[in-house]
Amino acid sequence: MEKRVTFSSWTIGILFAVPQLLLIFTFFYWPAGQAVYWSLTLQQPWGGGNIWVGLDNFRSILSNADYWNSITASLVFAGISTGLAMFIALVLAALTDRQLAGSRFYRVVLIWPYGIAAPALAMAFRFILAPEAGFMAVVNQVWPGFWDPGLDGADAMASIIIAFSWKYVGYNFIFFLAAFQAIPRSLIEAAAMDGSGVMRRFRDIQFPLITPTIFFLLVINITESFQDSFGIVDIMTSGGPANATNLMVYKIYSDGFKGLDYSGAAAQSIILMLLIIVLTIFQFRFIERRVHYR
Amino acid sequence: MASITIRDVKKSYAKSQVVHGVDLDIASGEFVVILGPSGCGKSTLLRMIAGLEDISGGTIAIDGTVVNKLEPRERGCAMVFQNYALYPHMSVAQNIGYSLKVAGVPAAERTQRIQAVARTLELEHLLDRKPMALSGGQRQRVAMGRAMIREPKVFLFDEPLSNLDAKLRVQMRSEIRKLHRRLNATSVFVTHDQVEAMTLADRLVVMNGGRVEQVGTPGEVYSRPASRFVATFVGAPAMNMLEGTVELDGLSLLGGSRRLAVQRAGLAVGTQVAVGIRPEAVRLVAPGTAGALDATVDLVEELGAGRVVYVDLDGASFSVMTSEAVHPEPGSTVGLRFSPDDLHFFSSETRTRLEVFKASVPEPAL
Repeated sequence: MEKRVTFSSWTIGILFAVPQLLLIFTFFYWPAGQAVYWSLTLQQPWGGGNIWVGLDNFRSILSNADYWNSITASLVFAGISTGLAMFIALVLAALTDRQLAGSRFYRVVLIWPYGIAAPALAMAFRFILAPEAGFMAVVNQVWPGFWDPGLDGADAMASIIIAFSWKYVGYNFIFFLAAFQAIPRSLIEAAAMDGSGVMRRFRDIQFPLITPTIFFLLVINITESFQDSFGIVDIMTSGGPANATNLMVYKIYSDGFKGLDYSGAAAQSIILMLLIIVLTIFQFRFIERRVHYR
Repeated sequence: MASITIRDVKKSYAKSQVVHGVDLDIASGEFVVILGPSGCGKSTLLRMIAGLEDISGGTIAIDGTVVNKLEPRERGCAMVFQNYALYPHMSVAQNIGYSLKVAGVPAAERTQRIQAVARTLELEHLLDRKPMALSGGQRQRVAMGRAMIREPKVFLFDEPLSNLDAKLRVQMRSEIRKLHRRLNATSVFVTHDQVEAMTLADRLVVMNGGRVEQVGTPGEVYSRPASRFVATFVGAPAMNMLEGTVELDGLSLLGGSRRLAVQRAGLAVGTQVAVGIRPEAVRLVAPGTAGALDATVDLVEELGAGRVVYVDLDGASFSVMTSEAVHPEPGSTVGLRFSPDDLHFFSSETRTRLEVFKASVPEPAL
């Protein structure tokens, strides 16, 4: 017998789905469709409609060295910040899982960063990482000129990576800890009886069993590092110095709303969307194969 | 093969003590079953032997070496878990061979030994499967294989059969017994199932409330239970218990409605005792038979080979196991007859066995 609630007629089912469909249409498909349209046209500066230009916007963007620099910066940012946020969270979760006393406290404390709006935390890190005051000033005192995100592109990139990772460590930690705790205690004990030490158990038992979570977080972290980085970049570096931190999502904003090149910005957002889609497909195709689902 | 010596072992958690000073000697090659209700500390004791649980007090020695501070892998024990604890991401062969891999045994020898174990357990055709694709009985065998392949000094079993259905349980029980006969490794088996315990054990350890109630062969535990708890816990249906008081010329039972003529053997008049009689030691006779107790039939349970007859004895519930072709009707009156040699006496105060009585045939009160 069917235990789920089922609807005899189609219309009732559709009616229940309508609010959600409306939301998705209004806030995703419609703007996305608009962006596609804009990216294929040129918006006239003083109004008067759009001129159809085909793929000219894309050609002009992709032949621009600044844009390729932005793609490289975005990939570097995504790679390092995802790696950092996931690695730190994994270590913290593994340690917390081993010694459960107070883990509830860690859980609460570590989820907070994720709840802080990106601009707010960027502001905090701007002070913390300021070269002339705060913690890094002490380092600069010992090694003069060591740290200056205002002048050195690598330092600026490091700053936004640190801020972004700090936010996502908490998010990842929650998932990793839940994954570790979902592993039956007796599996770990069986491995201990089999003569496996702490590190070996982690490698042979725990790590393979949390691969679904690792995969999920990898997809989320990479996607978010392309999208959620805007607020941090805007407050901490504004894309500088010399475009070193001008990530794709930030460049869309600055070209579109500061440079008033709506059509170019729309084309960029289409490229960003395609890039994220391609990366996600790639992850599902090639990384998911190594995931052990139970 | 190794002996295990347990001396005054205690276990307490933050608030409560769960094992209160257990002493136990397990000889080399012996199959010992620890039996008790859930929460009696039997699994905790086993896990302390395995090294999965810290020992709060006392010592555990394996082959004369105190192992209190040793890691599980240094103790030479293998354990079969209740839920099997198979590694879900490894094949059957990898599961069985994992301990050898950790120990750095070369791949060729490893394969050979996995094959040998698989042959013993009839798992050869399943070696490439993942645990998820196995039935309960097969998983149980893999768990056994994982323990066997290390050729451990001591086998520990933590209720390994409780997740199986009744038929498989009986089958695995005899397989474990055969396996033990062949390997002859010291084995400690924890269970709450008394049939499992009786059939498997060379020696039975009955635990209750974190203490050992009795240690002995299954036969001894059954025929001479050391305490009231053991008497009612071992045997099914449970032993009948009738409260009584020592009187000048015998015992008064059930608040004085029945009497037993027994010698007092030094017990003070007024001492409270419990008289136990196993359901299978009682015979049903015609009501009014001399020397028999009359009772009213409440319920008859048909077992196929026999029947359990529940009767009401002046308000106390009493069960009789009979294999004779008698089918008493509920509500009818029957006579209960038993030999005085089958009676067990327990002190109501200390709840331990009293050997001082010599009972005679009960007589109905006037």
